[in-house]
This record gives sequence, C-alpha cells and structure tokens, in this order.
Amino acid sequence: MHVPDGFFNVAVSVSAGAVAAAGTAVCLRGARRELDDRTAPMAGLVAAFIFAVQMLNFPVAAGTSGHLLGGALAAILVGPYTAVLCMAVVLLVQGFFFADGGLTALGVNITLMGIVTVLTGWGVFRLITQSAHGRAAVTAASFAAALVSVPASALVFTLLFWVGGTAPIEIGTVAAAMGGVHVLIGIGEGLITAVTVATVLAARPDLVYGARGLAAPLVLRGADGDVTVTPDTVERVPAPAGKARPFLLAGVGLTLVLAGVVSFFASGDPDGLERVAEDEGFLAQATGHAFGSWSLADYGDVGGIPVGVAGVVGVGITLVAGGAVAYGARRRDREGA
Amino acid sequence: MGAGHHHQLYRAGDTLVHRLPPQCKLAAVAAFAMAVVATPREWFAAFGTYALLLAGVVLLARIPPGFVLRRMAIEIPFVVFALAIPFVGTGERVSPLGLSLSLPGLWAAWNILAKATLGVVASIVLAATTEPRLMLLGAQRLRLPPMLVQIAMFMLRYLDVIMDEMRRMRVARESRGFTARDVRHIPVIARSAGALFIRSYERGERVHLAMLSRGYTGSMPVIQDLTASARQWLLAGTLPGAALAVLLGTALFGTGGVGA
Repeated sequence: MHVPDGFFNVAVSVSAGAVAAAGTAVCLRGARRELDDRTAPMAGLVAAFIFAVQMLNFPVAAGTSGHLLGGALAAILVGPYTAVLCMAVVLLVQGFFFADGGLTALGVNITLMGIVTVLTGWGVFRLITQSAHGRAAVTAASFAAALVSVPASALVFTLLFWVGGTAPIEIGTVAAAMGGVHVLIGIGEGLITAVTVATVLAARPDLVYGARGLAAPLVLRGADGDVTVTPDTVERVPAPAGKARPFLLAGVGLTLVLAGVVSFFASGDPDGLERVAEDEGFLAQATGHAFGSWSLADYGDVGGIPVGVAGVVGVGITLVAGGAVAYGARRRDREGA
Repeated sequence: MGAGHHHQLYRAGDTLVHRLPPQCKLAAVAAFAMAVVATPREWFAAFGTYALLLAGVVLLARIPPGFVLRRMAIEIPFVVFALAIPFVGTGERVSPLGLSLSLPGLWAAWNILAKATLGVVASIVLAATTEPRLMLLGAQRLRLPPMLVQIAMFMLRYLDVIMDEMRRMRVARESRGFTARDVRHIPVIARSAGALFIRSYERGERVHLAMLSRGYTGSMPVIQDLTASARQWLLAGTLPGAALAVLLGTALFGTGGVGA
C-alpha cells in the first residue's frame, strides 16, 4: 500500500525524501560496480519485472490476499544496490504515472518499500548464508529475509507515524495491527521469494546474485592428465566519482530550505497524538519521550527555538545519521572488494 | 495497489497544458502538492480553492471528468483506511446517527482524504497531459540523475512486454484449471515468478547487446529540445503560485474557517 499525500506531515515527508535521495545516490554508485554499462537496460528490465510481480496476488489466509513487495527478492536476485534502484524507479513510475503514492510522499515510499526492505532483507540473507552454505541455505535464507523485511518495513512505517503521522490512533494499536498483518503477509512473501529464488537457482544459477559463491570454479583437464583450476575472476569497475554530487547537494539544499521555511506554516495546534493526550488527560503525567527535555522536541515548542530552525536542525541530524550509515556501508563494501 | 494499473495513462491533445514543457509541469505539480500538504486541515476554504484550481486545469486541458474519476480508483485502499480511522481513533467521541466516532479521528480522516485526493488528481492531470518519455526527460532536466531516468525509460518501454508475458503465463495456468485458493498454491505462482524473472533478465541481456551493436556507450542521446522559456515557467507557475497565495493569504488574514 503506497502512502498518499497528506498522510505524514511536511517535516517527515521532507526528511524521508532526503534519506531516499541520499540512499539512491549511494546505490547509483554501487550499481555501477554490480552491473557496469549494463546498468540501465538490466535494471530497467528488472524494475519492470518487480512492477509486474507486485501485481501477483497470493492467498494469505481464507479470503484475504496480499501482494508482493519484492524488495528482498530483488536484493537476492540482482544485488542490494541494483535492487534499491529498481524499487526506487518502480515507486517513481507508480507515483508519476499511476498516481499511486503521493508526489510529496515519494521519499517516504522509497525509504519504506525500497531502502528498508532491501537493507533488512539483504542483511538477514547475508547473515544466514555466511554461516551456512549450499542451495538449501540460500533458499532458507531467502525465506527468512523476505519474512523479516515486510514487518520491518511496517515497523518503520509505525515509527514515522509516531513522529509525524496525521491520524490520532494510539501508537500501540498501530504497531500491533501493522505488525500482525504484516507478519502474515511476510510469510506469504517469504514463501514466494524462497520458491522463486529456488526456481531461478535451478534454471540459471548464475543469475542469482546472492548465490555467487556457490558456483564451482572452472576445472580444465588436459589430455595429458594435468588439471588447471581457474580462479573466479570478478571484474570490478571503479565507480565514476562526482556524478551524483550536484544532485545530492541540491537535494540537501532544497531540504534545508523547505524544512526551514515551510515548517513555519505548519499548524500551531497540537497534533493528533498531543490532542489525544490532552483529551485523555495523560499529557501532564507523561514524562515525554526520551528527548522530551530537548529543545527540539515538538519542533521548537519547548526550548524557545524557532520552528524553522528546529526543522533545519532535525533535517541535519537525519542527514548525518543517513550519511553515517551510507559511509559505513561504502567502507565495508570496499573492504569486501 | 493491485488495481488500476491497466488504464491508458496519456491522452493526446494540443491544449495549453499539453504544450507546456514537461519539467515546468512536473515542478508545478510537486510544488502544488507541497502547498496542499502544508495547509492546516481546518482551512476548508483553502482546500475548496485548491479543488477549484485543479478543476480549472482539467477544463483547460480538456480532460473528460469521467477519465479523472475512473483513474482515481487507485486511491480506494486509502479511502477505506481513512474511513476506518474515526472508528478506531482515540479521544473525544461524538455520536451522530448512533455511531460512536472519534472527533480527532474524523479530523484525521478528512485531512488524509482531502490532501490525498488533491494530490492524486494533480498527478492524474500531469500524467494525462504529458507523454511518459517526455515526463522522464523533464525529470532529467530537473536534475534527476540520468541513470535513474534511463532505468525508468527502459522500465516503461518494456513494461507492457513483461506484463503481457505474465498475462500469458496466467492464461496458461488457468487454462489448465488452476486457481490460487490457499497457501498451498503459492509455489505454483512463485515458479511463474521465477520463470518471469529469467525471461526478463535474459531479455535485458538481449536488449543490451542489441544496443551495443547500435553504438550504445552508456548514455542515451537526447534529440528533443526541451528548453523552457521564462513565459512557460511563469504559466506553469500559476497553479502552485495561486495555491501558495491562498495558503499565505489565509495564514496572514485568518479567513480560513472554523479553527484557523
């Protein structure tokens, strides 16, 4: 289900947009290493595949059906960087052309359904395949990865909803409802992903990115009995530097301007959750969430910092956090290369 | 989101809206959606004005209202969700017609419905008046990375091929008496998905080789001249400009409505 306009407030939409832009920029460099000059046609076709496969409805329990998110599947089949790109493009096309998911919620959608599902899915998959080897392990890891990725996405949705949702539903209710339903959907997603990966493994094992280590090295036996084993040669193309930088800088600049300016126009009324809290009378006894005493809490209501400044600072913190994650990911990738 | 992806998206035409450069339209719609989302939910008059503005654009672009309404079906899952909020929401409760509804829940439902509907209609108008390929080129002019634009172009170009492939697989399954009824049928669907992936990927490899043999070096030549004049930017800017004027006007003079 794609988040439409108006579901999250401006601050969350813009911050998620910055996270999505940064994540996509990192993946643009990474995908070059996974696919070199084949990136555009291959990722394009895989994106079309993801789009199509998202329309496969599968029966979950009696009467209800879910549909595939596809993030974990894409990560295992084509690698995490290309997967994020494919998911981002699928969501972009759905937002631009099909009006599915709001334009202002594009960042939220890419973060939730692209980055979170791919990262958690790939993380779980690597964790399992590093300790166990063989096709059965890959299949089992695919199941677990897809199973975890769906509720993870739902929980991040709940988290965003807690920070900047516009509906007054108790966060516990949302978490329970989202978690429960999505564990069910996750089981379906896991089954489909596992069998799909197993099918591709059986027919074209070289196409499964997550199972690259499984291919046996090429052994050449000469007529005179000498045996040569050719080592795996994985060519790696260095990523072109600086391509994504203007885009990234523009994104950051725009984000800061929007957060600083637009949040001035945000409603001064208490938001839904605060309103609920007031109505129920537990605002006074609430100790606030962990950062309640910070000047940033409630976007500047507390410490006398103007709303706009608080917005800019919030975006800055988000960016630093996102940047740290991205930098860490790149470092690890280089070491692994 | 399973529904509504089969409609014809673009309606050819030669109106003022159709002729505007795609990057102007994209920026205008995004800015408009931003203004809508930033509007406090109590300002009914502002939302009414936004709706009138959009209706004006629909008229100007000569898009039949039925077309817009039919494509709005994409919104249905969230309408259902929004309608459920007053029932499960917390806080002060009102009971019209004997139903127990949460007051903040009603506000939230209205907020989501109004903003999502305006956003969806704006997106539909954009997609209906802009050729898909040009829309992506426009996005590239707005500094969307060229690689992302290329991927999206390939996706759009081969989407129908892949969808047809999937449809043929479904016809083949169903003509053998298969219907997916419960969890045990998931493996059958998943094997189709696996076959579809292999076909898509191999098609990608063939497409790439065919392009290499035609001199592809990693970037696509742009043969359209997509420069926009200041006048065109100004023209496209009237929609978000008017929305922003309404927003600022209401903020300054407080003539919005009930709770402003």
